[in-house]
Amino acid sequence: MQKFTTVTGVAVPLRRSNVDTDQIIPAVFLKRVTKTGFEDALFYGWRQDPEFILNQAAYQSPKVLVAGADFGTGSSREHAVWALRDFGFDVVLSPRFGDIFRGNAGKQGLLAAQISEDDAETLWATLEATPGIELTVDLVAYTASVGDLTVSFEVDEYTRWRLLEGLDDIGLTLRDEARIAEFESQREPWRPRTLPARQVNL
Amino acid sequence: MTTAAIVDTRPRTLAEKVWDKHLVAKGENGTPDLIYIDLHLVHEVTSPQAFDGLRLAGRPVRRPDLTIATEDHNTPTLAIDRPIADLTSRTQIETLRKNCAEFGVRLHSLGDIEQGIVHVVGPQLGLTQPGITVVCGDSHTSTHGAFGAMALGIGTSEVEHVMATQTLPLKPFKTMAITVDGTLRPGVTAKDIILAVIAKIGTGGGQGYVLEYRGSAIRALSMEGRMTICNMSIEAGARAGMVAPDATTYAYLKGRAHAPAGDDWDAAVEYWDTLATDDGATFDAEVILDANTLEPFVTWGTNPGQGVSLSDTVPNPAEIDDANERSAAERALEYMDLAAGTAMKDIHVDTVFLGSCTNSRVEDLRAAAEIIKGKSIADGVRMLVVPGSARVRIEAEAEGLDKIFTDFGAEWRFAGCSMCLGMNPDQLAPGERCASTSNRNFEGRQGKGGRTHLVSPLVAAATAIRGTLSSPWDLVQDGIVPAGLVPASL
Ligand code: SF4
Repeated sequence: MQKFTTVTGVAVPLRRSNVDTDQIIPAVFLKRVTKTGFEDALFYGWRQDPEFILNQAAYQSPKVLVAGADFGTGSSREHAVWALRDFGFDVVLSPRFGDIFRGNAGKQGLLAAQISEDDAETLWATLEATPGIELTVDLVAYTASVGDLTVSFEVDEYTRWRLLEGLDDIGLTLRDEARIAEFESQREPWRPRTLPARQVNL
Repeated sequence: MTTAAIVDTRPRTLAEKVWDKHLVAKGENGTPDLIYIDLHLVHEVTSPQAFDGLRLAGRPVRRPDLTIATEDHNTPTLAIDRPIADLTSRTQIETLRKNCAEFGVRLHSLGDIEQGIVHVVGPQLGLTQPGITVVCGDSHTSTHGAFGAMALGIGTSEVEHVMATQTLPLKPFKTMAITVDGTLRPGVTAKDIILAVIAKIGTGGGQGYVLEYRGSAIRALSMEGRMTICNMSIEAGARAGMVAPDATTYAYLKGRAHAPAGDDWDAAVEYWDTLATDDGATFDAEVILDANTLEPFVTWGTNPGQGVSLSDTVPNPAEIDDANERSAAERALEYMDLAAGTAMKDIHVDTVFLGSCTNSRVEDLRAAAEIIKGKSIADGVRMLVVPGSARVRIEAEAEGLDKIFTDFGAEWRFAGCSMCLGMNPDQLAPGERCASTSNRNFEGRQGKGGRTHLVSPLVAAATAIRGTLSSPWDLVQDGIVPAGLVPASL
């Protein structure tokens, strides 16, 4: 996972609340065997509408999503986070998130940061006034800025620390690599091994 | 986290001993412990995104020599030399093959003698050993606890975590002793013990616990029987189930491909002998069951806790005190199309399924074959016999069991999960009723609209003969088999 300090990019004002994970990515896409390539599945239902914001010219390579309250509620599918990441999003700002979604986001390097309802309104107005305008998210300073406007956001400290350090769960465990190696050096030699394959006949 | 240093002399349970032995780092201030994983079993359904995650992060599988894969959930049980018809199934299997080749993981593909249900394959290779930690992206990993291993089912993110680090961050579990004393009557089996345990503690009764099965009735069981019991620990909501290793365990393991040999064997046994729960160790909870009075057990509902003795009747929801359980029972009876008060033995079945990681080992097949030998299947009933692995199939054929089944009128299939969950074409039709030796009777589990009664292999065999849910003793009563033929235990 890359270290996350600031992100600057096109921000999408998504004036919708209660965006559940079924809307982020419908169940039919869960049969796939990969962890990438879900960009086509993101908001699949809504994207059938040519007017949908992500179909507009100004929002073709966005990095920040500014959504209404209760984003990512519903099923626990990690695919919702993968789809947002694959589409290019690094940040979702919302007044409130589904718990599991927020946990999954932190694991996959997607910043799910909480803003106030008022700030969401102000951000939407600013972004809509200049479609395609860039916004900067500063994780060190807890701020999101666009033009002259700066709002602050909240994020859980542990997740923030992991994002700043660029550590996913596995990265975190691998910081203990020396201890794992030490443990391995002391394992009894007779413990089972799958390799090499040994044949016994019937 | 601090470095693991266990200098604790208090009496410990089996589960605690295995845990302590695998502590890489102890968690502090609410962070989990880091536990080393000795064996990682992989199959096609829960591994693709984990491999993909490794690829994205540029990470290798840390210990391919502690990892092994097989194909089971999607594999066909007929015409296994032809391409898999269902595209999703074929893609999952082909993806597993590509991933194993890329990451250097040993894979037993369809057609290989060690291919089969992942929980049958580990023990049969001798990889599942006492005192190890085993994980697999599959809830029935609990099966391996029969050897005194700590065996946990995990999710896909954890699969990736184990692949990359050979460890898992885990919080310690609570422990529950399940003591089964006494002697099982002939015709009563390990499956009946575990169905009775689940009916007693409920499908959520084991939540947060590692169950340790103890007592004289457990000691008397074969390894196959112990695996059947540990397999279904998950149906009681438990994280794992375990049985302390003993002479039965060692006899099963000795000489298997990956069991220790020579001096290593002696060193291993010396360690294994230390694993049993210490006298004076305390469990967080205890349950007691009397083996002497146990009868064959069957389910009437749509979760494994909804079961009764076979000689009993379908319960009346109106007599259930707990409101949630009552409405669950009402819904279950509607789905199962059963009326309260019906004798379980009056229930007709359309299909009998002998298979799954609960009951598909050669011992299970042998016990069923003994009962049906020389008889013919009830009119209108179909029976699928699906060995747990290709090796089980070959062993069974060497004993002529295949012939007994086919002469009887059953279908003899190739190894895999098959009708346990119907990811392949082996499914129940809507409304079809099945006596199944598998572990889950959830709505639609064996096929959309299918109705499942969980049973032991002996009940499956007797049911196939009579066409209604039956025990081997019903066959004795009918004069179909002599009393001496009812197997003593299984
Ligand atoms: S046999 Fe059934 S329970 Fe066992 S691993 Fe296969 S699908 Fe799961």
